[in-house]
Amino acid sequence: MTDLLDRKLLFVTGKGGVGKTTIAASLALLAAQRGKRTLVGEIDAKGNLADFYETGPTAFKEREVSPGLWAMSMNTEESLKEYLTLQLKIPFIARLGPLARTFDFVANAAPGVKEILTVGKFLWEVRERHYDLVVVDSVATGHITGQLAAPAAIQDLVQVGLVRDQTDWMLDILGDPARTGVVIVSAPEEMPVNETLELASRLRSETVVDLAAVIANRVLPELFGRAEEEVFDRISDRTGSPCPADVLSTALGGPVEQLLDGAQLAVTLRRTRAQHLTRLRDELPPGTPLLYVPYLFQRSHGARATTQVAAHLGEELGF
Amino acid sequence: MAATRTRKQKASTGSIEQLLAAKEIVIHCGSGGVGKTTTAAAAAAMAAVHLGGKVLVLTVDPARRLANALGLEEFGNVETQVPPAAFADAGVAPRGELWVAMLDTKQSWDDLVRLHAPDARTRDAILGNPLYKNITGRFVQSHDYIAMERLYEIHASGRYDLIVVDTPPTRNAIDFLEAPERMADFFSSRLLRWLTVPARSRVMTFASKPFYSVADRILGSKFLEDIAEFFLLFQTMYDGFVERAEAVTRTLADSRTTFVVVSTLESAPVAEAEFFIDALQDRGLHLGAVVLNKVLPGWFLDRGTTTTAKALCVDAERLTQALPADIGPPDQVTRVLREVGESFLNFQVVANREAEMRAELSAAPEVVASAPYFDHDITDLVGLLELGEQIWR
Repeated sequence: MTDLLDRKLLFVTGKGGVGKTTIAASLALLAAQRGKRTLVGEIDAKGNLADFYETGPTAFKEREVSPGLWAMSMNTEESLKEYLTLQLKIPFIARLGPLARTFDFVANAAPGVKEILTVGKFLWEVRERHYDLVVVDSVATGHITGQLAAPAAIQDLVQVGLVRDQTDWMLDILGDPARTGVVIVSAPEEMPVNETLELASRLRSETVVDLAAVIANRVLPELFGRAEEEVFDRISDRTGSPCPADVLSTALGGPVEQLLDGAQLAVTLRRTRAQHLTRLRDELPPGTPLLYVPYLFQRSHGARATTQVAAHLGEELGF
Repeated sequence: MAATRTRKQKASTGSIEQLLAAKEIVIHCGSGGVGKTTTAAAAAAMAAVHLGGKVLVLTVDPARRLANALGLEEFGNVETQVPPAAFADAGVAPRGELWVAMLDTKQSWDDLVRLHAPDARTRDAILGNPLYKNITGRFVQSHDYIAMERLYEIHASGRYDLIVVDTPPTRNAIDFLEAPERMADFFSSRLLRWLTVPARSRVMTFASKPFYSVADRILGSKFLEDIAEFFLLFQTMYDGFVERAEAVTRTLADSRTTFVVVSTLESAPVAEAEFFIDALQDRGLHLGAVVLNKVLPGWFLDRGTTTTAKALCVDAERLTQALPADIGPPDQVTRVLREVGESFLNFQVVANREAEMRAELSAAPEVVASAPYFDHDITDLVGLLELGEQIWR
């Protein structure tokens, strides 16, 4: 199996709210820290990828946000311009203003065109070997297959023309598991796990792209081992008089009930979520790498969190 | 960022109960993963139980287990009643009825085409067009539009006293507010006319039109023609669509309609919620309430307990000796006590962050309700009502 960061192109997806962008930003940071020339791109131009590095807004033109790490935001109009000039050698650059607007409209309406412009840009960066690794903060689980299947769909719909001619090399890169893979970000909750499992099977049936890894994000820590949990239950038992809580409160000079309740909540939350993780592990296609990122008891979600998640991912990958 | 703008400051006075009793349409919105579907279902269930009347919850993507829990194998585009037996099993006697329907985008588009197509031939041509399925799936935020359209249709039918809506998970919640307008714009746009020119006038020379010549080179003229034909067919429904889109817009602004913004207290959903609150205000739409979901208990903020928690970590060994010996092996007990203290302090960091987010979000609406982190998943009517009780008063 190819190591995750040895691939050339990773599409990171996940259900809303699971921390998809956090993981994409951290994976890219980790790769750059390990000496890989890395590009991280967000597909949603209104996204907040920049917040994860705290370096000011990103644009279509990539910008180095930390050593060896470039960041950009997708913009289909810009992508079209680049595509026309660089790849098709279309000479109408001066007239592109209104044309691009019109084209953006066609791209919105015609199936697959916008997706080709989006996915194509990243595939092109891979083809040209501008970077060792391209990480894409992709669309959510519900839309990713449409995006990844676009080159194949265009091949079916469009019989001739330059767009069609472009789809061959795109499919070569997309379908090569040594180069391209999807990373699904999940969370230990029912719906994210459902969507992860559904997507894992849809990737197989609807696209040529390999599932590179699943990352379970925000996994709560296990407070106690089995024996310790029994000790905790005895400490929490409030039937006796004085009960252990009373003894502790006296010895500490303050009430411990809320501390015990808090720990109980942590234990219960962890236990409920563990079931979902078990199901995720059991029902994913055999051999799918599953990485865990712990819940961060953090003040914020900025550069500090990105760095910490990158460190956890590094540990999980055995670095 | 919109969030930095000052919003009208109001005291939190009313309740979700009052809001649902006064309005006919309650639209839940917020970013993905905050529990919108569950919150909408819980509010609707509470309304059916306590307020009575016919209540419909219109949802986009329910957990299958939730559907089963409501006593339904599955539910689709057709409105289905939650069997009274499901309420009896949950130990409540509802005053009204609870109905559910799911938004099936494809089906709804087909219905809309059937409604607006000028004749049977055009209708069949559109429904049979190879591009139709693809296009309805994605253009002009068709998902958003269809949700609002469906809502309008159901409301206008007069079948329900209250309709609770769970909106599609859009990156920018605002999209669906603008969807009807955008749909009307789309049909009257110059671009659409441009696009349909080659199909109408075969004599037009491509060479004289840079757009067509480039587009032709890129996409191939056959594909371009297919697209043009499809839009030409679609244009026959212009009047119907524009009129309808305007009616939908009016319904959203009606005084009987209100919006409930759902959010967790994580920074990204909060930013989205703030953006949405501002957008509602800009459009003169009614913000009824903010529901904060998966909130940690308030006692995590207690300063006195912070001191105790720290002492517990530091003094774990001494405290172990104070406890009776049958509690467990001393080293284990020490570890447990330390872990209890550490865990509390960890959660307190999160609770503090949440408190700050909460203060930011609570400035605008008249009603702010919050629901705790449930230590189990909500999978049945009992769970829904339990959540409902938390936000109701």
